[in-house]
Amino acid sequence: MINLEIPKKFRPLVSQANQVATEVFRPISRKYDEAEHEYPKELDMLASLIDGMNEGSDIGGAGAAGVRRESNGDGDGGNRNGSNLSTVLGIVELCWGDVGLLLSMPRQGLGNSAIASVATEEQLERYGGKWAAMAITEPEAGSDSAAIRTTAELDGDEYVLNGEKIFVTSGDRADLIVVWASLDREKGRAAIKSFIVERDNPGLKLDRLEHKLGIRASDTANFTLQDCRVPKEALLGSPEIDTKAGFGGAMQTFDNTRPLVAAMAVGVTRAALEETRRCLEEGGVEIDDAAPALSQHAAAARLLEMEADYEAARLLTMQAAWMADNAKPNSLQASMAKAKAGRTCVEVTLGCVELCGSVGYDENRLLEKWARDAKILDIFEGTQQIQLLIVARQLLGKSSAELR
Amino acid sequence: MNGNDKGGIAERSMGFGLRALNRLAGSDLLDRIRVRKQVERALFQGTKTGFRSATAAGRTFKAAQKLGNPARQSTGKPRALFDITPDDEQQMFQEAVRDYAGEKVRPAAQAADADASTPPELLAATNELGVNMLGIPEELGGVMHEQAAVSSVLIGEALAHGDMGIAYAALAPGAVATAIGHWGTAEQEATYLPAFTGEDVPAAALAILEPKPLFNPLLLDTTARRDGDEWVLDGAKSLIARATDCELFVVAAEAEELGPALFVIESGAKGLSVEAEPAMGLRPAATGKLLLEGVRLPVGALMAEGKREAYVECVQRARIAWCSLAVGTSQAVLDYVIPYVNDRTAFGEPISNRQGVAFTVSDIGIETEGMRLATYRAASRADQGEDFGHEAALARRLCAAKGMKIGSDGVQLLGGHGFVKEHPVERWYRDLRAAGVMEGALLV
Repeated sequence: MINLEIPKKFRPLVSQANQVATEVFRPISRKYDEAEHEYPKELDMLASLIDGMNEGSDIGGAGAAGVRRESNGDGDGGNRNGSNLSTVLGIVELCWGDVGLLLSMPRQGLGNSAIASVATEEQLERYGGKWAAMAITEPEAGSDSAAIRTTAELDGDEYVLNGEKIFVTSGDRADLIVVWASLDREKGRAAIKSFIVERDNPGLKLDRLEHKLGIRASDTANFTLQDCRVPKEALLGSPEIDTKAGFGGAMQTFDNTRPLVAAMAVGVTRAALEETRRCLEEGGVEIDDAAPALSQHAAAARLLEMEADYEAARLLTMQAAWMADNAKPNSLQASMAKAKAGRTCVEVTLGCVELCGSVGYDENRLLEKWARDAKILDIFEGTQQIQLLIVARQLLGKSSAELR
Repeated sequence: MNGNDKGGIAERSMGFGLRALNRLAGSDLLDRIRVRKQVERALFQGTKTGFRSATAAGRTFKAAQKLGNPARQSTGKPRALFDITPDDEQQMFQEAVRDYAGEKVRPAAQAADADASTPPELLAATNELGVNMLGIPEELGGVMHEQAAVSSVLIGEALAHGDMGIAYAALAPGAVATAIGHWGTAEQEATYLPAFTGEDVPAAALAILEPKPLFNPLLLDTTARRDGDEWVLDGAKSLIARATDCELFVVAAEAEELGPALFVIESGAKGLSVEAEPAMGLRPAATGKLLLEGVRLPVGALMAEGKREAYVECVQRARIAWCSLAVGTSQAVLDYVIPYVNDRTAFGEPISNRQGVAFTVSDIGIETEGMRLATYRAASRADQGEDFGHEAALARRLCAAKGMKIGSDGVQLLGGHGFVKEHPVERWYRDLRAAGVMEGALLV
């Protein structure tokens, strides 16, 4: 039965996450935007709190930890609202607070999502409770993740990793880094596997931390892997090079994490829209839902237009998560959500700065910060262009060889 | 958690349920369009679920209607879970209308567009599906139910996938029935609604839009002046479907001391005239202008006691209805361009191998889905008795802006071939512009 509201059972979680965003994230938002690379120590206590929330709850946490696919329904063959949806809703609220701080949350990294999605029970046990970052990108391989050059060679009971990784979110702070590497570069994408590397592994060398346009609270690390030895059991998923399954295993993570990044974009977008609405109303602009947009103040019409795009982005994101909860294939919808939410976030936050003028542009408020934070959300976990490629291939029934 | 959900399943056996299905099953239309098999299969599935929830259904019949009051849509209790799947009966109805739109509506669209009229047999057949009864309370022979707005959206979408102009022509009488079902007095309901449940449904129009730029339905030029026991109406209304055929109008006018309000007017009223107003699109609806010159109406012609909230709700429900048509037409564009760009070759390969073409298709897909979800949400809130003005406004903006873009991209992807009438995309280009222009005329 069609209903696109936030389900009743998740409202307490949404309100909790909103409180955290209001009470913890917003007050320190500017502080860590200015103090780039400084660890937001306020988050430690919060992370423990969220671990507690995740423990023994079937509705998932407020972060990026629980995105395992589940197929059991909420009773008679029906509709299920599970951890994918609750996680998305939690992230929206937290990123309404501050997306950089969410990305810095201990134990809520994208590496944790990867582990939660594909790890064996044994691996879950061993790596549970640790903070895991994700290392995919290399200087010569961004969107084309199949082109990565980092290698993993089996040597006795260990894999030996060699290569260079950049743009590792929380790379310096995390306990573990999930590193993508090739078992055999001749065999293409099927040979790409992910490996869990402990942060204190002597073969893992931190090269530098990046200075960025936005999400400055979140550290972004570059590493060199030099004869970095990890136990055989550190390989996530199957060690077989299955050319038929191809890239599937590694890429499957993205179907799960894209709605999460879309949710981040939705949260930032909402923050900017709410602030701008307040700002315009203070400035005497009336916004009327019943009157046609174009018969109102141009700024009101613009705001309604942006709110409409936000609504589409938000609902597409909820749809993708809902499909995952109901074990429906959602790769198309996940990419649609990511594409729409990513571009909407950039357009809306920049538009809000324009509408609010110098008040939007100066650092007294957070609007200019949100506009800077927004841009990464249309880039990581697959750029806008990559999402459009995925959507197009699916709609048109094309292979990646045909539509490149 | 599950309790509410089961309640929801039980409730749906009362509404849309058997009454609408019976009508559908009794019609020989299904045989004519060769879709009976699918519908019966779906009906079987639907019935299984119906039986399963039969014991719980009793509870939901508790709320009794007081006699003497106008019958109204019952609002469902807020639903517990997020869900994008229509229920079994809605799916069945949706499929029947979709098949019908593909088999009968689409093939008739080009001629209807050229002739600026829809063949009466096509209108009669569409009506036979029961599409104009969704806003009529059950007590009066209709099938209005707790999910009437969502059902209307699903049906509007499915029909417009065939053709937006024909959909407008076919659904316009239902808007009048729905308006009376929602805001009519008991007497207006008793007087007018029975005509809409029979086979010979009158042409009728919900007339709000006026011929002027920057039209705002809250600031009407059409006036209703009080003169003793009568209202006197003056003004003009635009883009009325089948204006010359209409037997009944619900007209919006600025009522003295009340503000914008709705009036029921029968076509014989003195001072009422129509003139042709052919437009860029929606041509199968044979649009016309309604002129009111000193039209005198009894006081009983006023609807909802002139309450502003009722009028505003009417305007917003109409916007949701137009959104549903825009969604259906946008989906038609997507479904049409996909095989075209895959088959069409240039520079030695299908043009869809090029990102410039492929990404345009992606954007049509993404925005259509966004429009659809926003429209569903607004309708679902209306059914649940929640405020939906903001959601309707957002869906409206989305469908006006993206719908137009999709119409344009549809032509662009076919290039010169898109510009000629051999392909339907030029018609969709013209029709999709209507989603941002129309006010009133249709209702959910």
